[in-house]
Amino acid sequence: MTAAVHPSQTGEPVFYLADEHPHPEGWSTSLGFWIYLMSDCLIFAILFATYGVLGGNYAAGPAPKDLFDLTLVAVNTSMLLLSSITYGFAMLTMQQNKVAQTQAWLAITGLFGAAFIGIELFEFAHMIHEGATPQRSAFLSAFFTLVGTHGLHVTCGLIWLVTLMVQVGKFGLIEANRRRLMCLSMFWHFLDVVWIGVFTFVYLLGVLR
Amino acid sequence: MSPDLLKLIFGRLGLESLPLHEPIVVGTFVVVALGGAALLGALTYFRLWGYLWREWFTTVDHKRIGIMYMILGIVMLLRGFADALMMRGQQMLAFNGSEGYLNAHHYDQIFTAHGVIMIFFVAMPLVTGLMNYVVPLQIGARDVSFPFLNNFSFWMTVGGAVLVMASLFIGEFARTGWLAYPPLSNIGYSPDVGVDYYIWALQVAGVGTTLSGINLICTIVKLRCPGMTMMKMPVFTWTSLCTNVLIVASFPVLTVVLALLSLDRYVGTNFFTNDFGGSPMMYVNLIWIWGHPEVYILVLPAFGIFSEVTSTFSGKRLFGYTSMVYATVVITILSYLVWLHHFFTMGSGASVNSFFGITTMIISIPTGAKMFNWLFTMYRGRIRYELPMMWTIAFMLTFVIGGMTGVLLAVPPADFVLHNSLFLIAHFHNVIIGGVVFGAFAGINYWFPKAFGFKLDPFWGKMSFWFWVTGFYLAFMPLYVLGLMGVTRRLRVFDDPSLQIWFVIAAIGAVFVFIGILAMLMQFAVSLLKREQLKDVTGDPWDARTLEWATSSPPPDYNFAFTPVVHDNDAWWDMKRRGYQRPLTGFKPIHMPSSTGTGIILAGFATAMGFALVWYMWWLAALSFIAMLAVGIGHTFNYHRDFDIPADDVIRTEDARTKLLAGAK
Repeated sequence: MTAAVHPSQTGEPVFYLADEHPHPEGWSTSLGFWIYLMSDCLIFAILFATYGVLGGNYAAGPAPKDLFDLTLVAVNTSMLLLSSITYGFAMLTMQQNKVAQTQAWLAITGLFGAAFIGIELFEFAHMIHEGATPQRSAFLSAFFTLVGTHGLHVTCGLIWLVTLMVQVGKFGLIEANRRRLMCLSMFWHFLDVVWIGVFTFVYLLGVLR
Repeated sequence: MSPDLLKLIFGRLGLESLPLHEPIVVGTFVVVALGGAALLGALTYFRLWGYLWREWFTTVDHKRIGIMYMILGIVMLLRGFADALMMRGQQMLAFNGSEGYLNAHHYDQIFTAHGVIMIFFVAMPLVTGLMNYVVPLQIGARDVSFPFLNNFSFWMTVGGAVLVMASLFIGEFARTGWLAYPPLSNIGYSPDVGVDYYIWALQVAGVGTTLSGINLICTIVKLRCPGMTMMKMPVFTWTSLCTNVLIVASFPVLTVVLALLSLDRYVGTNFFTNDFGGSPMMYVNLIWIWGHPEVYILVLPAFGIFSEVTSTFSGKRLFGYTSMVYATVVITILSYLVWLHHFFTMGSGASVNSFFGITTMIISIPTGAKMFNWLFTMYRGRIRYELPMMWTIAFMLTFVIGGMTGVLLAVPPADFVLHNSLFLIAHFHNVIIGGVVFGAFAGINYWFPKAFGFKLDPFWGKMSFWFWVTGFYLAFMPLYVLGLMGVTRRLRVFDDPSLQIWFVIAAIGAVFVFIGILAMLMQFAVSLLKREQLKDVTGDPWDARTLEWATSSPPPDYNFAFTPVVHDNDAWWDMKRRGYQRPLTGFKPIHMPSSTGTGIILAGFATAMGFALVWYMWWLAALSFIAMLAVGIGHTFNYHRDFDIPADDVIRTEDARTKLLAGAK
C-alpha cells in the first residue's frame, strides 16, 4: 500500500495514483471474518459467565454429578476433535488443488460433525427424560443454553459445509471457494476451541464439584 | 372458522389486540394511515417505485445507504419526540387530583417507547448514517469493505423500526422502561406482547448494527488510501473506528441478554426469575455491560464531528491531534469498566461501588482533555460562526454541565440519593442531547452540501438552533431541581402541588424543542426550494481540510476518479496549499460492486419472523426462517457481484465537473 508514496521524478508531490489497481477480491474478508468470530466469541463468553454465576443454583434439583456421563462426553469430544483434524486435511488437499480429495475430507468432517450433534441430542434427550429439563433450575437453564448454542453453531457449520461442497462441486476450487473454505475452517476450529472450554469448565469441573 | 384454527393461523393476534379503546392511538392511526396512503399514492402516481427500488432500496453505495440511515433517524425522531411531548403534557397536568389525559397502561408504553426509539432508532441511525457517508470519503476509498452487507445492515435496522412502529397499532409496546428489567419483563408480570415486540425489534436491528460495525472496522483498517497511516487518519475516522470496535465488542452482549430473556419468556427457563435459582440482577449487570459502551458508541462519533468542525471553522489544524486520538482510545477501553455505576444501589458493597465510582470519574479526564483541545483549536483561530460551529459551541457549554452532573452521580453516596430520580434523567438527556443530538445536527449541517451539492438555509437553521438550545435548557434544568427534591422518574401523577410549576416550565421547553424540530424540517424544505442560490460547485464550500472535500458535491458513484495519496493529517488542506492540480486525463474504468435486492428481502423475512414470534404464529416464523435461509444461501451462488464503470462514463462525469469548476471561477 505504501509503496506508491514517493515523490515523482520531477520532485513534485504525488497526490493521486495515476495507475491504480483495485484491491484483489476478498481483500477484507479474512479480517472481517476474524472480527465476526470475536463477536461470536463474546456471545460464548457471556454464556460462560452466565453459567459461572448460575451454574451452582440447582434449586434442589439434579446436579452435574447426577447427570453427566463423562464417557459419553469423551466420545463426543473426540468426534469434534477428529472433525477438526479432517477439516485440516481438507485444507491441505485444497492447497494441492485436488478437488475429489478435498470433497472427501469435507464429507468425512461433516459426518464427524453430524455424529457430534447426534450424540449431543441423545444426551439432551436422556437428561430431559430423567426430569432434568431446562426449566428445572437456573443451572440447567444455563447448561442447556451454553451447550445448545454451541450445538446450534455446529449445525450452522454443517449447513454451510454442505453448501460449500455443492459449490466446490459446481464451480471447482476457484479463488472465491477457497476463501469460503478458509472462513469455514476458521469457524470450525473456533467451535472446537469453544468446546474445549465447555468440556473443561462444564463437564470436568462439574463432576469434580 | 373454529377458534383452534384461528389460533393456529393468527396465534394470539385477534381483533381484541387492536387498541380500539384508546382514542389517542386510534386518532394517531388515522393520521398515519392517511399520510401513509397519500405518500404511497404519490409514489405510485409519479411512478417512483422503480426508481426507488433500483437507485435506493437495492443500492450498495455507502453514500446512499448513509442518506437512508439519516432519513430513518429523522423520521423516527418525530415519533420519539411525539412520545416526549405526551409525557411532558401528562406530567404537567396530573396535579391536584387530576389523572392527566393518559392512563397508566398507555403512559408506561410511551416512556418505554420513547427511550427505545430515541436510542436505537434515532441516535444509532443518525450516527451510523454519518459514519457510513463520511468515513469512506475521508479515507479515500470507493466504498466500504462489504457493500452488500452494508445494505443488509441498513434494512435490518429498518426492520427493527418497523416492529416498534407496528406495536403502536397492533397490540402494544413494553411497559417496562427502556431496558426491560426482569422480573417485571418476565412472562409472569408482562404476559402481553409488549416485551416480545421489544425483544424482536432490538434483535433484528441488533444484527444490522453488529454487521455494520464489522464492516466499518474492516473499511477503516483495510481500505485507507496510500499514505494514510493510522496517525494520519482524520479524527472523525478515528472516533468511528473506536465506536465500531465498541459496537462489535458490546452488541453481542445485548443479543445474548435478550436471547436469555426470550428463553425465560418463551421456554420457561430460569435465568432471570425469582425462583429456581434465577437472578434478575444478572440481567441488570449484563444489559449494562452492553449499555454503558452504547453511550460511548453514540458520543464518540459526535466528538469526531466536533473535532472536524472546530478545526475547519477555526481555520486551524486541530490542536493536540495525538492526545485526541489517545483520549478516544482511553475512553473506548474505560467504557467497559464502569457499568456498575448504573446500579450502585444494588448493594454490592462499598469496595465494588468505590471501584466503579472511581473508574467513572477517571473517564472525565480524557473527555476533559478533548474539551481543552477544542478550546485551544479555537484559540487564536479565525472562527466562522456558521451553523456547524454554532452547534459545536452549544455542545461545549451543554456537555460540560452534563459531564459535571455525571461526575456528581459517580459518587456512590450521592447516587444513593439521586438514583432513579429526575436528576438522572436530566443528566443523561444533558449529555445525549448536548453531545449526540447536537453533534448529529452539526454533522448534518456540515456535510449536507457534500451530499447534495447545496448548503442548508442558514436562517431556518439558526431558528432551529436557538429553539433547540433554549428549549433544551428550559426542559431539563427544572428536572435537575425536581430530582434534587427527590422526584423519581416515570411517575404519572403527583401529590405535591408545589412541584407543578417546574413541570410547566419543562413542558414549555419541550414545546420550544418541538418548534426547533419543525424549523429544522422547514430548513430542509426551504433549502430544497432555494437550492440554486445555495448551490456549491467547488465541492469544498467551507474551505475544509479532509479528503471528503477533495471530490465533487455530491461525489460521483466511484467517489474519486483516482485514488488520492496522502502526506498529511489534513490531507485536502495540504493538497490545496501545495498546488494540487485536479487530473483531467488518463481516466480508466473503475471497478465497483453491483446493486442487489437480497438485503431488503432478507430483512423483510427477518421482520416477518419477528412479528410472527411476537404473536406466536409459529408457522409464519418457521416459514420466514426457512425463506431467510434459502435466500441467504441462494445469494452465495451469485459469484458475479461487481462490474466496471466504463472509462467513457468516468470521462463524462469528470468533464462535467471540469465545466462546472470553470464556470465557478
